[in-house]
Order: sequence, then structure tokens, then C-alpha cells
Amino acid sequence: MTLPYNEIVMEYFQNPRNVGRIEDPDGKAIEGSPACGDMVAVYLKVNDDTHRIEDIKFESYGCASNIATGSIITELAKGKTIEEAREITWQEASDALGGLPAIKTHCSVLAVDGLQAAIQNYEERKGLITERVPTDEKEIRRRLKRVMNPQAGLDLIRTKTVTSIELDNGTVRIALDMPADHQFANNVRDEIIEKIEPLWDVNEVQVIFAS
Amino acid sequence: MTDRFVYLDNAAATRTDERVVQAMLPYMTDKYAVATSQFGYSLGLESKVALDRARDTLANSLGASPDEFVFTSGDAESSNMAIKGVAAALGEKKGRHLITTAIEDFPVLYSMRALERQGFTVDQVRLDEQGTVDLDHLASLIRPDTILVSIQAANQEIGTLQDLDAIGALTRERGVLLHSDATHTFGRVPLDVQQTPVDLLTVSSHVLHGPKGVGGLYIREGTPLVKWMDGGFQENNRRGGTENIPGIVGFAAAVALLTPEENERLRSLRDRLTARLLEIPQSRVNGHPTRRTPQNCNVSFRYVEGESVLLHLDMRGIAVSTGSACFSRSLEGSHVILGIGGDHERAHGSIRFTFGRYNEESDVDRAADALADVIGRLRAISPLGKE
Repeated sequence: MTLPYNEIVMEYFQNPRNVGRIEDPDGKAIEGSPACGDMVAVYLKVNDDTHRIEDIKFESYGCASNIATGSIITELAKGKTIEEAREITWQEASDALGGLPAIKTHCSVLAVDGLQAAIQNYEERKGLITERVPTDEKEIRRRLKRVMNPQAGLDLIRTKTVTSIELDNGTVRIALDMPADHQFANNVRDEIIEKIEPLWDVNEVQVIFAS
Repeated sequence: MTDRFVYLDNAAATRTDERVVQAMLPYMTDKYAVATSQFGYSLGLESKVALDRARDTLANSLGASPDEFVFTSGDAESSNMAIKGVAAALGEKKGRHLITTAIEDFPVLYSMRALERQGFTVDQVRLDEQGTVDLDHLASLIRPDTILVSIQAANQEIGTLQDLDAIGALTRERGVLLHSDATHTFGRVPLDVQQTPVDLLTVSSHVLHGPKGVGGLYIREGTPLVKWMDGGFQENNRRGGTENIPGIVGFAAAVALLTPEENERLRSLRDRLTARLLEIPQSRVNGHPTRRTPQNCNVSFRYVEGESVLLHLDMRGIAVSTGSACFSRSLEGSHVILGIGGDHERAHGSIRFTFGRYNEESDVDRAADALADVIGRLRAISPLGKE
């Protein structure tokens, strides 16, 4: 049988490790959305004294490379300190899997983003963020790349849906090339707020639709 | 469990029937000459006779005259020839407006886009959520400069049949040509061009247990059409190029083997599979519940993504197709599911099962059992559907 994926990927796809949820996780993140076709949830249990990841679980809605990457990052991260785990890259996950098809990069990056976002969520919850970098447009754009335009199945940045970003003393104004009565306007607004509001120096997020 | 390979992607390609292969073989070995004119040498005349006979078979199967049927390299070429040929013939004389649907197969879809780039205007007729054309909307879209309506006979993914009799009655009354891609109904759902007012009809061999690389276009007598491929005077001077005699003979042999009984058998296998799949929670049929091709079943399963389903089934020796973006070369979800108002999640979770001559009842059970297991496994690891 000729398959698009190598044996390691197929093994992790068929028998994913560390699947499921952790009750009362210390860190948690969901990346992607059903609209984009890939979604991954990562749950962390972290030892507060050692900052070591004692348990990690994931869930995936997506293709084989998403499932396999989700699985491999849990193995790579388990037992590491959050400082160490933060260094895990997509390349490392891909190498551990013996390589992934280029066209599937997006689906596998998502799982690594999920791990990083879960670590960040842990740090934010525990007030561990020591060097507080002021939020800038670059950081907002980075986060908006994870908000999907459900109609296009692609993110807001790639679909050029974001027309302007303004930062004003803790208020973030994001203007969209999308009418307020658009079928997905509410979903998109909620997702934007969910991604931007947790930033430490952001008090309010305003989403402005095209008139 | 047996090792039998369960092939349920017959809308993509079919196994060529052994009897068809046998019919084709002599035209690759002993009878290799090109079809010559009646004044040619005898070996060429034999090819000419075979070509004429095949054309008779195809024309008869549609109620057409042999002069009205042109062999092509398949449905993609036929649809390109029909749409671009009419546009070239009438673009200057009559107008530059065409009407189609959002759920056509790629040859029609992209022929229309190519014409749009040349300055033609293309409108899409409204569909209901089963994919059926809104006839009143179609009537309202027809303008004085409309040159062609192209609406498929049945959908390639969800199997929904269109009422070509009603559509044709409308286009004829309004003096507009009608093309229909009948790839997925030809040989499976009866159609007679004496009854159905269609002017151009695309058919193909590869979905009917005939060889790949051969198809045809029915062209009603008098239909304005610019010659598609320049070359010699083959195909009634409609298409240049040496005829693919083995393929054409194979196509005719495949058509001759089709029977209404076979179609009823496919329908019963399909109905059995649909019923079994709907036992899986959070599943729904895509397309019309009854007005659909007998060989097609299409079901969306919530909270799972199609490529993963497809891969798991492949590991178990079962071949299906999906409308998921992850599976497609374009990384876009099925334009058919989206075109009938479905969302991306429904497109990603849609699985198409299409039956053919070599499917058995045991295939239905194998597929249904495997699906229940695979969907359960994928849902267990999915973050969705658990709140």
C-alpha cells in the first residue's frame, strides 16, 4: 500500500498517545476551528514548584498530520519544564515524526501552536510572565492568524479581512472588511476577543465591521 | 473477514469490465489501422466499421442520430467543447451571458470561469439545500443575450438529479441552448433526447466500466458550435485528431452491457448502506433523499474530518472519497456542500460512497461496520461534540 504518510506518522495517527482531557488543568488552549478543518486542544498539569509538565493530554479534530503532530508534541513535552517545552518547534515535531508532507504544514503547525498557547495560558494564570512585553500590532496580527474566516476556511490575515489595527491605551480596535450582518460576524468577533483579550495590557477589544 | 478490497469510489473511476477489455484488444493488435474513408484500404475500413458501429450504439442509447454524437477524450473535454464552442459561435452574434450552478463538476465550473476572464458574464441559479435547481429563479435569470444554460443531470458528489425535462422546456421556450453534464446519469438513469429538450449532453466511459480517456458529446442537429480541436476532418469535422478506436469500441461495449436490473441492484446496495450509516449518531445524508442517482450515497458525520476517515478506511481495504479540504489538492472544502448552503464542518465531514458492478452486499456490511468503528474512534479523540 502506498500512503501519503510515513510509518511513524501512520503509527501515531492510528494509535495516538496521551489522548483526552485533564480535569482542572493548569494550562489549556484550543487552536484552530471546525471551519478551517483542523482543531487541537492541549491540556497541561504542571508542578508549581519545579514547573515541570507532569501530565499533558490533547484532543484533535483534523487530518492525520494534525493527529500525529498533536500526539508527538505531548510526548516531546511530557517531563520537560515549561521553559524547555517552550522551545519545542514545529521542525522538532516534524523531525520526530520522520517528516510530513509540505502541503500539511498548516495542520501540523496548529498542534505546536496549541502547546505554546497552553504553556502561555499556564504562565498567565500563575502570573509567571516576568518580562511583560507591551502588546504591539505584530503580536495582534500573530494572534489574528489563528482566527478563521469560516466562509473562506482561512485565517483573517491571509484573507486580508483585517483592514486596520489600532492600539490606544489598553483598547484595541480591529476593523474588518466584513459587514456586521455577515453570517459569521458574531463568531468572528467572539473569536477575536478570545484571542486578544487575555493579553496583559489589553483592557478592551473593539471589533469594527464594515458599514 | 476476507481480504477483498471494497471499492466504493466508482464515480471517480471504475474497473474496466473484462468483456470490454476483450472487445478492445483486437483494435490494439490486429486491427490497428486508422479509420479511413470508404475509398481506403480494407484494414482501415474495418476500423471505420467499428467506429460507425460504436457511434450507432452511443447515439441509440440516447435516442439520437449518429451524426449528432461526437467521441471525445472524456467528460472534461466534452464539457469544454460544448461550453466554449457555443460561446465562440454565439458570443459575437447573440450575446455573452451564460447560466450555470455553483455545484457543477470542475470541467463546467472552470470553463465558465475561463469565459468570465474573456468578458462573458455567468450567473449561478439558486439551489435548495438538497441541490435542486430553483426553476423560477432560472426563468428570471434568462436574458435576451443569454446564449447557454449549463446544468448537470446529476451531481458528482451528492447525486442529486435535476429535472432536465422542465429545465429544457424552459430554455427551449426562451430560445436558449441547454448543455448538461450527464456523466453520472448516463447509463444509470434513462434519458432520451427525443423527450428531453437538451441540446448538448456530456457523457463518459470511465464511470461505466469502460476504459478511461474516452467520452462523448451529443450535439443536437443545428446547434451552433465552433470546431473544438483543429486537425483533420474526423468526427463529422467536429473534432480533429486520429480517433481512439480501441477506447471508442470499449466505450460502446461498456454501454451495451448496462441493464436496468444492474441499476436496481446498485440502488438496493446504496439504500442498504445509507440506512446503516444513518444509524451512526450525528450523521446526515447530503443531497436529495430520493431524487438521486442509484449508485450514490453521501453522508456527513459531525465532529470528524474526512481525510482521517478515508485513511482509516484505506488501512482496512475500503476506498471512498471525501469533501474535506485536507483531502483536496486545493485545500478547499467541497464546493458542492458549500454550494448547497452547508458549512465547512459539514464539508470536512462528508464521505462519498459510489457503487459499481463489482460491489456485493458484503461490501455494504464491511463498509458500514468499519465506518461505525472509525467514526467512534475519531470522535473519541475529537475536542468537538463533548460539551
